Amino acid sequence: MSDGWMSAISDFFIAYPLLLALVKSVLLAVALLIYVAYVILADRKIWAAVQLRRGPNVVGPWGLLQSFADFIKFALKEPVIPDVANKGIFLFAPFIMATLSIAAWAVIPVADGWAVGDINVGILYIFALSSLGVYGVIMGGWASNSKYPFLSALRSAAQMVSYEVSIGFVIITVLLCAGSLNLTDIVAAQDTPFGMAGWYWLRLFPMFVIFFVSALAETNRPPFDLVEAESELVAGFMIEYSATPYVLFMLAEYVAIVTMCALLTILFFGGWLPPIKIAPFTYVPGVIWFVLKVSFFFFFFAMVKAFVPRYRYDQLMRLGWKVFLPISLAMVIIVAAVLQFWPAGPAGV
Amino acid sequence: MQAVFFYLFASIMIASAGVVIFARNPVHSVLFLILAFCNGAGLFLLAGAEFLAMILIVVYVGAVAVLFLFVVMMLDVDFAELKQGFIKYLPVGVAVGIVVLAELGMVAIGWTSAPSAADAVANPIIPQMSNTAALGQILYTKYVIFFQASALVLLTAMIGAIVLTLHHKPNIKRQKIEEQNARTRENVIEIKKVPFRTGV
Repeated sequence: MSDGWMSAISDFFIAYPLLLALVKSVLLAVALLIYVAYVILADRKIWAAVQLRRGPNVVGPWGLLQSFADFIKFALKEPVIPDVANKGIFLFAPFIMATLSIAAWAVIPVADGWAVGDINVGILYIFALSSLGVYGVIMGGWASNSKYPFLSALRSAAQMVSYEVSIGFVIITVLLCAGSLNLTDIVAAQDTPFGMAGWYWLRLFPMFVIFFVSALAETNRPPFDLVEAESELVAGFMIEYSATPYVLFMLAEYVAIVTMCALLTILFFGGWLPPIKIAPFTYVPGVIWFVLKVSFFFFFFAMVKAFVPRYRYDQLMRLGWKVFLPISLAMVIIVAAVLQFWPAGPAGV
Repeated sequence: MQAVFFYLFASIMIASAGVVIFARNPVHSVLFLILAFCNGAGLFLLAGAEFLAMILIVVYVGAVAVLFLFVVMMLDVDFAELKQGFIKYLPVGVAVGIVVLAELGMVAIGWTSAPSAADAVANPIIPQMSNTAALGQILYTKYVIFFQASALVLLTAMIGAIVLTLHHKPNIKRQKIEEQNARTRENVIEIKKVPFRTGV
């Protein structure tokens, strides 16, 4: 009986592939947004724990429903639009930022074959969308027609373009090793008998560190949150935003952070692969490993926010252009040279 | 399906290109230019050139247009002043426009394909190769000299831009990061015992 139903459903979706894509996208988006709600709570809880506070603990058991309560509060408030703001762009900016950050998840394989769109240029697609993320900040900052948001928009434009350069070179080293731009193939290339030791974090360790730090800068997370440095710019480009538009900015920011964690997982931490290739670990479904790894990286994002002091803007630029760029450029040449003369790689895999 | 999306992307692209010219606010012009780029990427996707589509977004939208927007937002443009010279410069503008239009027309009419092109279309190098791999293979083997030469031209332009804008003013105090990092407690702090009621 149930087999009949299953085959009927699969026949239906084979007949309407667009509908299948739609169902997949909605499921992924809902799962992602619920995950992001708890990631925001985890961020606040970890931050609180480092500072010996309790953090949000009132709404629901252990504060588990805090994010939903915040969302309802923001959604029910009145959005205030400044009189001198450029209204169209002002309202379009948060919308475009949220859309772009969620759209990146269309190509991310959360388990073997579980990607909505398994395209050949997956990594370039994510890179393109993350480079578009800067527009939300620039448009929001400019359209507010106010000094602080504008300064913040200028800062973010320079910051995000700078760190994209080193992220690009880091991605190139991974692509050289994997020999593909397809995210599923990149994970499959890390599937060696050595388990964790075969993943790229070990073989490309300096690149792994540079990617992590650049991801912090790219998503405007502390210690690189010069865009919304509250001691200098009040709240950066978001000062004039309230209610739902503000929620969209906040959502976009956290979705972008989770995307970066997912990218770290896929490029350097073997995606859905189990850390050790022996019996109890291989029984666990790939999607659980993926979520665990993303959460692991998010924990580090939260910890960095809690205990690293904010950089000065010139230090940020120096780090990006004078430290990361030469190192990653040199690594691209070294990795390419090693692969040229030693195609199987140093580990013989 | 393909045709629907082709006309959708093409019409939005042409319309937004029109708005780029006619918009009063330069920031709106740049934003519509970005829309035109995105639709151009959509057209590349329809043509099956997914690598070019993504590179168009990364390079033009992600980097070039950001700097455009950056500059345009900082401009303090007086629109009334801009409009003043309109009639005076109209003949020159129209003349340039006609020349460009005539050139485009000549290209469109005198369009021919290279004799080897039809042959190449009929026999792709390896049919199941992704176009990223195919582009890489041809760019780094057959056209490697041109590829390197264009990189050299870009390098020259970059060095030129840096040379033109870099000024070392004599009376400016600069931070020397190495010097700052080399400071230790011993050579920057001096601890003095202050005798009671006498001072240093």
